Amino acid sequence: MTPANELLNNKRFLAGLMFLAIGAVAIWMAQDYPIGSALRMGPGYFPIVLSGIMVLFGIYELVLGIMKSDPVKGNWSIRALIVLPLAAVLFGILMEHGGFIPALVVLVFASAASSNEFKFMEVLISAVVLTIGSVGLFIYGLGLPYPLFSLSGM
Amino acid sequence: MELFHNLILGFSVALTLQNLWFCFVGCFLGTLIGVLPGIGPLATIAMLLPITFNVSPTSALIMLAGIYYGAQYGGSTTAILVNLPGETSAVVTCFDGYQMARQGRAGPALGIAAIGSFFAGTVCTMLIALFGPPLAEMALKFGAPEYFSLMLMGLVTAAVLAHGDMAKSLAMTALGLLLGVVGTDVNSGMARYSFGYPELTDGIGFVVVAVGVFAMGEIISNLGDKEERQVFTSKVKNLWPTWQDLKISFFPIVRGTCIGAFFGVLPGTGPAIASFSSYMVEKKVSKHPEMFGKGAIEGVAGPESANNADAQCKFIPTLTLGIPASAVMALMLGALTIQGIAPGPQVMTQKPDLFWGLIASMWVGNAMLVLLNLPMIGLWVSLLKVPYRILFPAIMAFSCIGIYSINNSSFEIYLTAIFGVLGFFWLRLECPPAPLLLGFVLGPLMEENLRRALLISRGDATVFFTRPISCGFMIATILIILLMGLPMIKKRREQIVD
Repeated sequence: MTPANELLNNKRFLAGLMFLAIGAVAIWMAQDYPIGSALRMGPGYFPIVLSGIMVLFGIYELVLGIMKSDPVKGNWSIRALIVLPLAAVLFGILMEHGGFIPALVVLVFASAASSNEFKFMEVLISAVVLTIGSVGLFIYGLGLPYPLFSLSGM
Repeated sequence: MELFHNLILGFSVALTLQNLWFCFVGCFLGTLIGVLPGIGPLATIAMLLPITFNVSPTSALIMLAGIYYGAQYGGSTTAILVNLPGETSAVVTCFDGYQMARQGRAGPALGIAAIGSFFAGTVCTMLIALFGPPLAEMALKFGAPEYFSLMLMGLVTAAVLAHGDMAKSLAMTALGLLLGVVGTDVNSGMARYSFGYPELTDGIGFVVVAVGVFAMGEIISNLGDKEERQVFTSKVKNLWPTWQDLKISFFPIVRGTCIGAFFGVLPGTGPAIASFSSYMVEKKVSKHPEMFGKGAIEGVAGPESANNADAQCKFIPTLTLGIPASAVMALMLGALTIQGIAPGPQVMTQKPDLFWGLIASMWVGNAMLVLLNLPMIGLWVSLLKVPYRILFPAIMAFSCIGIYSINNSSFEIYLTAIFGVLGFFWLRLECPPAPLLLGFVLGPLMEENLRRALLISRGDATVFFTRPISCGFMIATILIILLMGLPMIKKRREQIVD
């Protein structure tokens, strides 16, 4: 048996919980899709079968996790987990409202900030090099139609 | 003579200046990214995929194949020099390659890896040219039940042979299939799992899933782990193995090629199985098995050849049947679809220049890698010295620009960020993402063929067992599951995949 306080750090338990949750939500959403019959399958047939499979495997893993200790290896790297996706989101927003260069510079700085070894000068240099390189390659080389700067919506 | 005619057509396409250039760019970029520690061929291809969108389908595929081989070779370089495998198949190369590097023989290790890969590539190019057309002809007779059973077999094989827990792999496959369902249902026109976003009615782009999981998720995971590497750089001088090395390596390379080619044509088996098998065979037949793990050149030559033979022969089921035989091939087929070509047995007859051009360029690409790596090894080595904290923002920049350029919209970027977070959790929970990607690409195809099969049979599910070819695939699928359930093999499997 896995002690209750270790469950949230148990690979099998967490994986099982995830499959179970996704499967359950997928089944619940698929209620709106007609199932049809095996002869004439509706849009709900395939998803419900798949979600069912996921729920079954989810329960199996969940039970195994409760029965046997199976701790997660490695760090949860909370800082990177939050900052790195955020960097991508900022890039997305700035591409539409700020232009290619601001988006890229912010992306490089924000991603670099997700590491514990952030060094300002180093990041500044790589941001400049990357920006010049990308503008050359993507905008002039491949001809992607993005404005370098734009102030729309800002 | 048909064969020669086809090969000549192929080389006439592959050897045009334009395609040679794309092949070179592919090999170069593939090696460049593949050398980066912790990035396997899958992430490399996913990241570089968007830059192939703007060129013609033939050139795009040639470039992608170049990226694929380059990434694989780059991965071996990293395995030998830093002991950091980019993917599971390179783990075997670490055993003896890294030991060779420590003994100051990094050059011969890198050289024999390139020579072995080139030999395997040459043999497999011939194999594809020989067996591609008859297989495609056979595939033209496949109906919906055959396709469904074949895909099921591929998915199950991929899942049970994946790294780690079988139940998790199968659940990940189901999740992948489910993600593939997202979007408008072709039969009823109903939007499924679109959460009210019009962007999702077209489905999730596979580049989004691949880059999110294999690039972003991987970076988050790497940032959590403390970086430790020791690069054996000063010692890479002479790349050419000695005559003695070549003599010892000859039979391992031949055996490795056979093993790799065998596993290569089976859908679902990853390159790791081929290279592990080759390593074990070499250790068994060797006169001095105690040298393995201490810098035996056979331990590099065999698995590296097997690895490349497997990679190349994966094109056989992929191109002739239109069914991706591995996660990497799923990306290739995705690229084909983006170029407006429906993958399948008809590609060979309808687009002979594309098919044979690609096959010829595989050989050209392999040759290029041998030539490319001799003068450029210094560049790869210096790249390995760049600290990860400088590399990963560049990877992010490249990935994000690539993703944005697919649809010129930020929606894909946000989705990628979500898949990055998910990918990180999957890595930590040891849920293998490769079966998920395979399922994701096969999802719509499988649903369509299941529907059609049951429509033909009037709802009778035994149709999968009453048609001989389909029945064969089904029996194979069941056998694989049963075999893997046997305690003896289960133990062995754990030894091999972990």
